[in-house]
Amino acid sequence: MDWFKSLSNVLYVDLTRKTFWVESREDLFSKWLGGIGVATQLYKEEVPKNADPLGPENVAIFAVGPFTGVHHLGSKTIAVFKSPLNNYFSESHAGGRSALAIRFAGYGAIVIKGSSDRPIYLIINDGKVRFRDGSILWGMRSTETVGRILREVSPGPGHRAIMRIGRAGEKLVRYASVITETYRHFGRLGLGAVFGAKKLKAIVVVGLKGFTIPDISTYRAVYNEVYELAVKSPAMKKYHDLGTAANILALNSIKALPTRNFSSGSFEHAGEVSGEKLAETVLARRVACAGCPTACIHIAALREPYPEEPYFYKMKFISYDHEPLYSLATNLGIGSRDGFLKLLDAVEEEGLDAISTGVVLAWATEAFSNGIITEKELLTKPSWGDFESYIKMVRNIVIQPNEFYRTMALGVDEVAKKYGGLDYAISFNKVEPAGYHTGPLYIISLLIGSRHSHLDSGAYSMDQELLAAKKPLPTPQEAVEKIIEEESWRQILTSLPVCLFARGIYKPEMVEKCFKPLKKEVSAAELKKLGREIWIEKQIIKYSEGFNPLELRIPKRVLETPTPHGVVDENYVREALKYFNLVVNLSSKLK
Amino acid sequence: MKRLVVVDVNKCVGCQLCMLACSRRFGVVGHNKSAIWVRSAGGFERGFTIAVCRACKDPPCARVCPTDALKVREGGGVILNPTKCIGCGLCKEACDIGAVMWDYEVDKPVICVHCGLCVNYCPHSVLSLEEVV
Ligand code: SF4
Ligand code: SF4
Ligand code: SF4
Repeated sequence: MDWFKSLSNVLYVDLTRKTFWVESREDLFSKWLGGIGVATQLYKEEVPKNADPLGPENVAIFAVGPFTGVHHLGSKTIAVFKSPLNNYFSESHAGGRSALAIRFAGYGAIVIKGSSDRPIYLIINDGKVRFRDGSILWGMRSTETVGRILREVSPGPGHRAIMRIGRAGEKLVRYASVITETYRHFGRLGLGAVFGAKKLKAIVVVGLKGFTIPDISTYRAVYNEVYELAVKSPAMKKYHDLGTAANILALNSIKALPTRNFSSGSFEHAGEVSGEKLAETVLARRVACAGCPTACIHIAALREPYPEEPYFYKMKFISYDHEPLYSLATNLGIGSRDGFLKLLDAVEEEGLDAISTGVVLAWATEAFSNGIITEKELLTKPSWGDFESYIKMVRNIVIQPNEFYRTMALGVDEVAKKYGGLDYAISFNKVEPAGYHTGPLYIISLLIGSRHSHLDSGAYSMDQELLAAKKPLPTPQEAVEKIIEEESWRQILTSLPVCLFARGIYKPEMVEKCFKPLKKEVSAAELKKLGREIWIEKQIIKYSEGFNPLELRIPKRVLETPTPHGVVDENYVREALKYFNLVVNLSSKLK
Repeated sequence: MKRLVVVDVNKCVGCQLCMLACSRRFGVVGHNKSAIWVRSAGGFERGFTIAVCRACKDPPCARVCPTDALKVREGGGVILNPTKCIGCGLCKEACDIGAVMWDYEVDKPVICVHCGLCVNYCPHSVLSLEEVV
């Protein structure tokens, strides 16, 4: 089948009526490419303005694109849904085998609508969707066991993705994740709770089909060119060697590593939980997303003795990155590698977003030491570094034994609004941040981004570049322009979609070139324009859902703790938000 | 004559670039025309299993083929003559290491021809093309 025809197939699954159908959406894929571009339009079609994120009117959209499986690092799936954490249009990206499985199953996007009356899981294979009874899997304690069972009962090993939720999703924790291939996550913004509300335990996608490329000789040439860049460039080598965990020491050295609930930018035990140290001591294996030569996924082995039985051990394998190292180690004052790994393991078993969970725990630690909450609510006495208490708390966020933990499950914003300590409840537009305290540009980007990943616009690295070049801060207006420009281009990268770690390879001219074998003529300039258009589309949706940048809360703590650029001036950030608002209003009028 | 060898499966990261390369021989993007199959050995943490023809000198797949569609290749392994093949699947059953893949589109087997294309795209030196002695 021709690449474009197969890409344009959108699979709709209605969980309420247990039906499915396929529509050819060449209209969407020719204009918006794929990935975030197409998913945004599908969201617009499907989700009414006042939709309840946990109601049947919300959807879970998974989109891939023209580069999926075709070009190197075309390994990402873009999920779009209305977030139960902040109530806005949201996106979350993950790799594993998900992207190639969806693409080779013969789809460009999957739209999950409605909600089931009882637990189910889906097997998408060979043009059909099977609705399978999920009651046995529901309530199972570990997402790993769920994965193991689904591997046994589903077809297509090596050609499939197994996306599932843990108990956290079932219990509607607003920052529950969807896990794919055990080690990759649609982590941010609560897609797991959206699944849970739909009573959808898992989706297995089997991809056994292929498609043709119109100009195969040009294809081979650019494929080889990108391959050389992907395997030889030092930037990509960095991701393979230490992975993103290499950031820990780098950030620590410039005092931009969030520590103990953002009360400091450096951690005295950073060396113990650094990428270097982990690689030296516990790294067991590196793996790759399908279609990626880089292999940035780092898996640690944790050997745990059974206390009662001598010489009995369990081996646990846990993947680590920069983000969980910040949220579940430095930001909780944990300098013990084993302690960190055990805590992360509990978070993974339950299917929680590691970032949000860590920030919620950090707030609770401080609230407890300030006497706002007591052991009566917490059922334990947490203190910095005490990973055992944190593991108990993680379980309780999911089990929700009392009113306090039911509120913890709603996110740091909600729990602090109810119990106090808002000044040190670290969230931006109600979402707990990724692990950087680099300066004002990053803070601005967190307030206005829609994915709440540090990769939205990479403003954390803009902060660092300014520092390295010893340049003064741009004006707030210039800062916003810079962020929007970068974020707009990233709309293209995530419409193709390619992994953002390959952003250095996929410059506009290279993307233009990579379209050639597909016989799709699109110039670098047109691509940039389209990126901006996708970005505006997203803003318009968010605004229609009530987003107002002028009313955002900026946690006092992040304005107090110095960044490498010094203490961030609130006025600077507020000015930037005003300007951002102006830009969006103007752009949407021009549209 | 050369044959494809899996040098060290422990270094495999499961990127599946080899599978993509193999399908690309036919101008196809997908896993469906691939003669090499990489899957996890029961979860990514346990590493990967690579199934591919190991160039048997006296290949059982060729012996069971009722239509003589599989000719023993010099250096081991087989060459498929698709015009003779009736798609009965006996060869697939005869291969204990699961190295006979299936192309569902044409309903015929896909078996490695030891061309070595995949070797060029394995970023972690898991595969190699070696002289048959
Ligand atoms: S499937 Fe084809 S090659 Fe295999 S045994 Fe049958 S006829 Fe021979
Ligand atoms: S040697 Fe050639 S035929 Fe065999 S698996 Fe590699 S690419 Fe495919
Ligand atoms: S290309 Fe190499 S590392 Fe990648 S899956 Fe194949 S054998 Fe493994």
